[in-house]
Amino acid sequence: MKPYFKFVLISASMWISIWNPLHGQTETDGLWMPKRNFCGGLIAGASSWTHYWEGTLHRNNQNIGTLSSSFLMAMGNYGVGENTNIIFSLPYISNKASAGTLAPQQGLQDLNLSVKQYLGGRNWKGSTVGLTAVGGVSTPLSNYVADFLPLAIGVRSRTLSLRLLGDLQRGKFFATASAAYVRRASIEIDRTAYYTTEMVYSNQVIMPDVFTWMVRTGYRKDPDHIVEFFVDRMNTLGGFDMRRNDMPFPSNNMEQTRIGLGAKWALGKQGLSFMGNVSRVVAGRNMGQASAAMAGLVWQFAVPRKTKTYN
Amino acid sequence: MKPMHNFPSTQSALKALTKNNLRSKRKLFHMRNTILMAAFAALILLPTACKKELEQENMQFPALEPLRSDTGAGTWKTILLSRPDQIPVAAPVAVTSPDYRLELQEIVSRQERMEETDEDNLKYWAAGTVLRWNEIMRELVAKYNLPPYQNPDGSYPFPDANNPLAYPYFPFANPPYAARAYAYASAAVYDALVAAAHYRSLYRRPLPSRTNPKIKHLIPVTGDWTYPSDDLTAAGASVAILSLMFPGEQDYLQRRLNACRDAILLSGTCSRSDAAAGEALGRGVAAVFIARARTDRAGASAGTPALWQQLEQKAIQAGETPWKSLETPPRPPMLPAFGKVKGFLLDSLEVVNNRPPAPPSVHSEQFRKELAEVLQYSLNPTRERVAIVHFWADGAGTYTPPGHWNAIACSDFVKERFSEVRWARNLALLNMAMFDAAICCWDAKYAYFNPRPSQVDAAIKTHTGVPNFPAFTSGHSTFSGAAATFLAHVVPSRAGSYKSMASEASVSRLYGAIHYRSDIEVGMNMGNMLGGMAVQRALTDGAE
Repeated sequence: MKPYFKFVLISASMWISIWNPLHGQTETDGLWMPKRNFCGGLIAGASSWTHYWEGTLHRNNQNIGTLSSSFLMAMGNYGVGENTNIIFSLPYISNKASAGTLAPQQGLQDLNLSVKQYLGGRNWKGSTVGLTAVGGVSTPLSNYVADFLPLAIGVRSRTLSLRLLGDLQRGKFFATASAAYVRRASIEIDRTAYYTTEMVYSNQVIMPDVFTWMVRTGYRKDPDHIVEFFVDRMNTLGGFDMRRNDMPFPSNNMEQTRIGLGAKWALGKQGLSFMGNVSRVVAGRNMGQASAAMAGLVWQFAVPRKTKTYN
Repeated sequence: MKPMHNFPSTQSALKALTKNNLRSKRKLFHMRNTILMAAFAALILLPTACKKELEQENMQFPALEPLRSDTGAGTWKTILLSRPDQIPVAAPVAVTSPDYRLELQEIVSRQERMEETDEDNLKYWAAGTVLRWNEIMRELVAKYNLPPYQNPDGSYPFPDANNPLAYPYFPFANPPYAARAYAYASAAVYDALVAAAHYRSLYRRPLPSRTNPKIKHLIPVTGDWTYPSDDLTAAGASVAILSLMFPGEQDYLQRRLNACRDAILLSGTCSRSDAAAGEALGRGVAAVFIARARTDRAGASAGTPALWQQLEQKAIQAGETPWKSLETPPRPPMLPAFGKVKGFLLDSLEVVNNRPPAPPSVHSEQFRKELAEVLQYSLNPTRERVAIVHFWADGAGTYTPPGHWNAIACSDFVKERFSEVRWARNLALLNMAMFDAAICCWDAKYAYFNPRPSQVDAAIKTHTGVPNFPAFTSGHSTFSGAAATFLAHVVPSRAGSYKSMASEASVSRLYGAIHYRSDIEVGMNMGNMLGGMAVQRALTDGAE
């Protein structure tokens, strides 16, 4: 269980899933799978919000009540080389509102695939620092409806992302900082005209790109024993505000700042690790103020080399 | 066995310290630099790669080049004007006059120093003035089609026409409001263009290029006479009606009017006095419609708390379950007295006489069957049905179902290459039919005040928002029946498509689990009847 799973980007109310909510599992940590090792597992989580930001106005909505989201995600990380990992994740998401009449939504969301490449590192004044680049793609795996926020399970945009990550370890203390640019492709919706700040006659919606950063720090005895605090921030580069008492739209100007606590602990030597975290959105725009918790179980094993077999 | 942890930041640092590992270190260093450079290059390129642009259907419309010029439209039957010359237009100055020659010189010099933005503006308006003002109206409807947020005490504020820019903004451009706005604007533009055609034939002022050959025609020319300009007549009438319907948008409308005038003056088909006379005529004709709009009882259509209670009591006395708002806090029903508004095709007595019989009683077997069908669609959505629901939803924040049918009509009219006055006539009849459809539909809704499916069975979750008014009959079905029936008459080659579109729009409300089958079937029949009335009028208005 080398990789420290960072479920942190799981912003569970999925209107919140501005970019793929589960994007970046292990993409935001400085930890690695050894060559020819595979680590895979399941992570489950839930989140909810009753307040959201309509533009910058903080409000609730009695016709939504509490929006709850839960997910189950399969993920895996394989070490193709000492310095190169391939990571995937695939979430199944379920959203529902406690009030109003709108039907709940559920389904497979987006497949994320990323390549994490260690670029180099050195000892520096008694600390070890390293630099990593992570390139990722994501694409929707089912034909879910994006234009039904806040119940939609995602926004359907195919993405291309690049993250640069710096990691520092000093004794049992660590700090990791990273920032990513997420390029988002236009999406298609089921109607041929919609209003943003003007009328648009198309079934295509241009999605603003996303910039995100994250800092995490705490105790890291080794890659299997971690307790950390994190803060992350994401914002779309453009987009428009919801109008007064309007519904959200996939190309809204979305922002979110979140804080959280996480831990990872390996049990024995069986290749099994537990992990979990809790988080809370503390600031936002055109998104729900979600509180979230999740927990996962992952298993790591060495993939045997190919050997000849004789019948 | 669990493998050793591989922690590259530590490992590589160790590697770096190993002297006999220099060669591989250099190699690794080189590789890292390459990757690092590639990463930075990607970081810079990522935001700029493939510029994001939308191709919008309405921006691809070609310049309007009518198949028929319809120069005889001055004799077509008007809607409110008693005669085409009811609004006087003074005779133009002679083409030999110095004033007029100066006007033409202005066109020449404007054409000589045309800029790219002028070209874009000209290209936009060249597709048709009636079309573009219809689009502007749709945009304003979408902008204002949002239900007001509640007061702290749980009551709801009502928009105030005298204070349109204070929240809640005036108007709340819901479907009945929008249907009325589309109808008034379209009908006024039509009457104004009939009047303009009358005066053009009367005064016979030639095209500017006939007097000053240096003037080029930058858009296709229709007809030989230009006073008053039909483009500016349509614009003047549109701006006047839209200023009434969307009083907070005066500045915006003035900007669009200025852009329209700039384009038409630049086109070489119209002089400044042609434009001014057209704009004044348009506004004058619009004033006739505005006077009627002020007395058509729409102002009282929101009703009063006493009326809301009375509707509820009436349903209870009939032994039925009265409609209740499914919103929290409960919102007053949308425009309960809209059925009393004066329409264009039916008078109020005819509205009542054409009211359909009551929907199935909530105690009947028929009702239970229909409710079960709704539940079935609620629980078993397919992606295809949900796409249909969303395609036709046209709910809050959109141009409403009448707006959708205007968009459908306009896309087809572009291909039909109608003259401006025929464009106006077809849009007028289309929107009059949908306005009267709204009136008849709202009359039935509040005559029976029946509950939405989700009110009767809370297990019915919906695939689109539940509108805040009674179910019977379905507005979408009524609007769509009216629109499809009329459009089939003016674009016969598309009759089959219109019929299937209307059926789809109608059944989308059942798929969305917000209407019973009775609502959509009876609504469709009612709509077809109103579309038929618009066709009857079309057959006798002199345009065919």
